Amino acid sequence: MKVFLYLLLAIGAIFNGLGAFALIRFPDVYTRIHGATKCTTFGSIFSILAVVIYGFVKGGGEGGTLAIHALLALFFLLITNPTGSHALARGAHRAGVRPVGAVVDRLEEKE
Amino acid sequence: MIAEFGFLVAAAVLVGYVFVSMGRLMAGPTTPDRAVALDTINTLVVATMVLLGTAFGQVVLVDVAIVYALLSFIATLYIARYLEGGLR
Repeated sequence: MKVFLYLLLAIGAIFNGLGAFALIRFPDVYTRIHGATKCTTFGSIFSILAVVIYGFVKGGGEGGTLAIHALLALFFLLITNPTGSHALARGAHRAGVRPVGAVVDRLEEKE
Repeated sequence: MIAEFGFLVAAAVLVGYVFVSMGRLMAGPTTPDRAVALDTINTLVVATMVLLGTAFGQVVLVDVAIVYALLSFIATLYIARYLEGGLR
């Protein structure tokens, strides 16, 4: 059981690290949004899932409260993170930031 | 089951990633770069708060993480609207 929790925490830490290094290494705003948002959302799912499983296994009043509240935090994170990055990408495009090395830009043609 | 130390180590690793993301926040060439870095830092801070609340046995920190997630979402939407209105 403890090994399973450590595995979930390790997967979460690795994917959050991939998101942070994508933010550093990628050449463009849009690729940075892509890498950072996807990887941190996926890693946070696993990190918070470890907390939820720990709370349910611990049981009792405190463990149940911890699990339910962590699940609620995960739910809000899953709703708000893609929505925010979508709005940020649209705002960046309207502000005049263009993708580096893009051959075609259909959104600009449509507008 | 003594797994609290593992949660503490994972939270420390995530704090390290927050410092890595701060590099882009300081060095980003354009304003959307900095906004994306801030969004990433917010997500990492929410995950860190949940892990720290578990490590120290304080459920209150998880509630703080929920409120922080919603407020950071509103802040991101506000910055996105500001960028849409035209920055230059």
